[in-house]
Amino acid sequence: MTVTDDPKTEAPKTVKKKRDDAERFKSGVIPYAEMGYWEPDYEIKVTDVLCAFRITPQPGVPPEEAGAAVAGESSTATWTVVWTDRLTTHTHYQAKCYKVDPVNGRDDQWIAYIAYDIDLFEEGSIANLTSSIIGNVFGFKALKALRLEDMRIPVAYTKTFQGPAHGIVVEREYLGKFGRPLLGATTKPKLGLSARNYGRVVYEACRGGLDFTKDDENINSQPFMRWRDRFLYSMEGVNRAQAETGEVKGHYLNVTAATMEEMYERAEFAKALGSVIIMIDLTVGYTAIQSMAKWARANGVLLHLHRAGHGTYTRQKDHGVSFRVIAKWMRLAGVDHIHAGTVVGKLEGDPMATAGFYDTLRKDQVEVDLSKGLFFEQDWGRMGACMPVASGGIHAGQMHQLLHYLGEDVILQFGGGTIGHPMGIAAGAEANRVALEAMVKARNEGRDYMKEGRDILKLAAKSNAALDAALDLWGDITFDYTSTDVPDVVATPTQS
Amino acid sequence: MKEQEGPGGPPKPKRAGFGGRPASSSSSSEESGEDGGEPQEPAEELLADDATIDLVADRAKAGVDEVLAELDRELVGLLPVKQRISEIAALLLVDRARRRFGLESERPNLHMSFTGSPGTGKTTVAMRMASLLHRLGYLRRGHLVAVTRDDLVGQYVGHTAPKTKDVVKRAMGGLLFIDEAYYLYRPENERDYGQESIEILLQVMENDRDDLVVVLAGYADRMDVFFKSNPGMSSRVGHHLDFPEYDVKELLDISGLILAKQNFRLDPEAEPVLRDYLTRRREQPRFANARSVRNALERARLRQARRLVTAEGDVSKDDLVTLIADDFLGSRVFDGEPDDESDTDAAGRPAEESAEEPVKESAGG
Amino acid sequence: MRITQGQFSYLPELTDEEISAQVQYALDREWPLSIEYTDDPHPRNTYWEMHDLPMFDLKDAAGVVKEINEARKQHPEHYIRVNAYDATLSRQTVAMSYIVQRPSEEPGFRLERTEDSNRQIRYTTHAYVTDVPTGQRYKQNQQ
Repeated sequence: MTVTDDPKTEAPKTVKKKRDDAERFKSGVIPYAEMGYWEPDYEIKVTDVLCAFRITPQPGVPPEEAGAAVAGESSTATWTVVWTDRLTTHTHYQAKCYKVDPVNGRDDQWIAYIAYDIDLFEEGSIANLTSSIIGNVFGFKALKALRLEDMRIPVAYTKTFQGPAHGIVVEREYLGKFGRPLLGATTKPKLGLSARNYGRVVYEACRGGLDFTKDDENINSQPFMRWRDRFLYSMEGVNRAQAETGEVKGHYLNVTAATMEEMYERAEFAKALGSVIIMIDLTVGYTAIQSMAKWARANGVLLHLHRAGHGTYTRQKDHGVSFRVIAKWMRLAGVDHIHAGTVVGKLEGDPMATAGFYDTLRKDQVEVDLSKGLFFEQDWGRMGACMPVASGGIHAGQMHQLLHYLGEDVILQFGGGTIGHPMGIAAGAEANRVALEAMVKARNEGRDYMKEGRDILKLAAKSNAALDAALDLWGDITFDYTSTDVPDVVATPTQS
Repeated sequence: MKEQEGPGGPPKPKRAGFGGRPASSSSSSEESGEDGGEPQEPAEELLADDATIDLVADRAKAGVDEVLAELDRELVGLLPVKQRISEIAALLLVDRARRRFGLESERPNLHMSFTGSPGTGKTTVAMRMASLLHRLGYLRRGHLVAVTRDDLVGQYVGHTAPKTKDVVKRAMGGLLFIDEAYYLYRPENERDYGQESIEILLQVMENDRDDLVVVLAGYADRMDVFFKSNPGMSSRVGHHLDFPEYDVKELLDISGLILAKQNFRLDPEAEPVLRDYLTRRREQPRFANARSVRNALERARLRQARRLVTAEGDVSKDDLVTLIADDFLGSRVFDGEPDDESDTDAAGRPAEESAEEPVKESAGG
Repeated sequence: MRITQGQFSYLPELTDEEISAQVQYALDREWPLSIEYTDDPHPRNTYWEMHDLPMFDLKDAAGVVKEINEARKQHPEHYIRVNAYDATLSRQTVAMSYIVQRPSEEPGFRLERTEDSNRQIRYTTHAYVTDVPTGQRYKQNQQ
């Protein structure tokens, strides 16, 4: 990010130097910057947790003071001076805002970089990490808005987390599926199907060619279909499809429930039925997610996470928490799958921002790339990777774009794009699989598949009626809305 | 075994931006040589009977002259060899032209034998040949796999076939250079596994001639014996290239090239001494042409270093770059004894470790 | 029945030329190739028999295709698949896998159900072909 000659860069003049201890601890209210939370000369330690916050201060509050306030409120400070600070090596526990960068094209916004000592956090606890970093500070009055854009988790801290219960490598080896994205579908309609009808959808979609089917996030255990019945019929469908194709199949059995005890009970039953995978919703909370990740690793069952509810705090660019941070937390917490956007589907997702999420989930070493919204390097210390899931309004006609934007280690979920097929669910599944394999094959052959995508699909459709019908029905559907959550730095325009 | 990257070595895959997997493909089947030597697929559309082809332009496009120029820069002399390469290039250009008119004929047999003493540039020529065949579209990759008997023949029953097949698979798309090929055949030992390797190579030379070119190399007289005892091999070799011994003047030119590359020069008084040295050395056993020159220079450097370090007083830049007569006169060659070429050379490297000639001195050589 | 393991089972059988292109894709990324065959296509049969060792350091696909055809000759009625392996740190697993030969007839699988208490059912996928001892499977087709 470049600093312009904007008058706002003059702001530091209004911030006074850090006070010495005697000065500092006089009773009263003093600016955060003077309390030591603004330290432009701070030398970052490799063990520090780093955060990049997008801050929109109230008029008249200089950005350094606002950054210092965020550092203070998310670490040791309170609104007034307390003498008990002097019983500690307070400088050690203080978070330090070490840099504020103006945001391109906005004169009221800055990115504040804040360093936290690793001592501030409990080992292996997302709950503690988040209570510290986003606990109180988001309601802070001196700021109009605040958004946590990115975090650097030091390797030392990363190593205290379990990480994905299995990871992409183990999942692929476990399923025996290599060299192509995996395919899934969410059972539709979302609500109302009886368990017996529900299992039919699972069976048809899996035998048609999908690798997975999925419960929707709000399919838990409602009056129209109790969880145990759903599990029984879904597994009948999975096993029938497996015998019919000679391929490993799975259905994400959603074990989300009101209490941990119920979740464990459902997970145990899924395991007893031989399911390769279970599923939870983000709404169960970070601690429950970590518990289920431990359970999943101990029991050899893959763990799928639906990011239900994240849009409430990830979507708006000025306020909240970026999804790349949520993605990072979830990789630490230990899920194997997480929904991370489609770029081309019906849900929010700028291509570059989405690329940043996928990098965060899949790479071992992530480089700084502001065009992808990646503010920090992240060394995952060989922690297993999370399989991103692309779901929502995607169909076979977009296969070239999906492969191009999302790569190979991804699960493409075609809900409507499978079940809405005019020739039936199995035909819908088959259309997706044929399109996928044709596109991977073309890519490997060195074809310019983004440009020739339609032709490649049309050619494959010549020998496959199911794909032919799918292209006919959905071929032209696109969701071309402007994304709200886009990186500030634009590299090159992306194709759509 | 040594492998050299061909001119059109496979491009490194682009690990394109999105997520650490190669999302966008790099050009896979087609690769462009750094010097623009694209493998030329047989033209898809046949030319009309009254069309014409500009062979000179074709030759320029395929970069034949560049390959020859490169050879001229790298190798002194060897006029007959360069002449043959030029002929082969012409043959292939015409063959390509014929195909474009739809004149079916068998692909020319490109397996070759390179005969000559060690150090006469066989491996270097093989590398350039691979590059040339790649540019002309007769090899898909144009890399060189250089092997000797040890890489092909196993130690026990059942060991040889996998070894030879493995080498062949690696050489596919390129040129397989078998140095001192006659060691594959040991008639004195009837249980020798070399014969098994020969059988496989024969098959490959016959059935996979579109996929690789085999070059058999070694001393001329021994190759003669080898071909006489293995008529199958002989009949599958299309071109024989004989690499003449270097004469003294050429050897001096070679030393000039080497010295220039290493920032050394000869004292005027040292020149006749080096000429004398080379004249004597040439007549002695185990003379290895260019490689012997290189070794002689290495040893002279050693003597120069000893001289400079033991001498009193300061050393100038001029001293550092100049080899004087004494640096050569210390050689045993002047006592009528051969320098021990199989020994390590002055720099402590094995004698055969020369950039130009990955040739091994095998037992009995 | 047609088992659909591998990358390209929903496409028409690959020709040798198409296989060659896929192999070259792997070679260009420095992924070694290996060939495996089996007469037990159970989805949980991880270890198919290895046809020779993995092939390292190849430059051109022709060598692999030659080996595939050798495997086909030796096992005309087995399933044969080609794998590419990526040894990159933090991947270190199979990068590609696709079937290049099937038996002329694929009898498929029987799903066995064992009824348990509480409406639970235990499932076993049983490959019909494994009713015959190994070595004699798919024999009827081999003349």
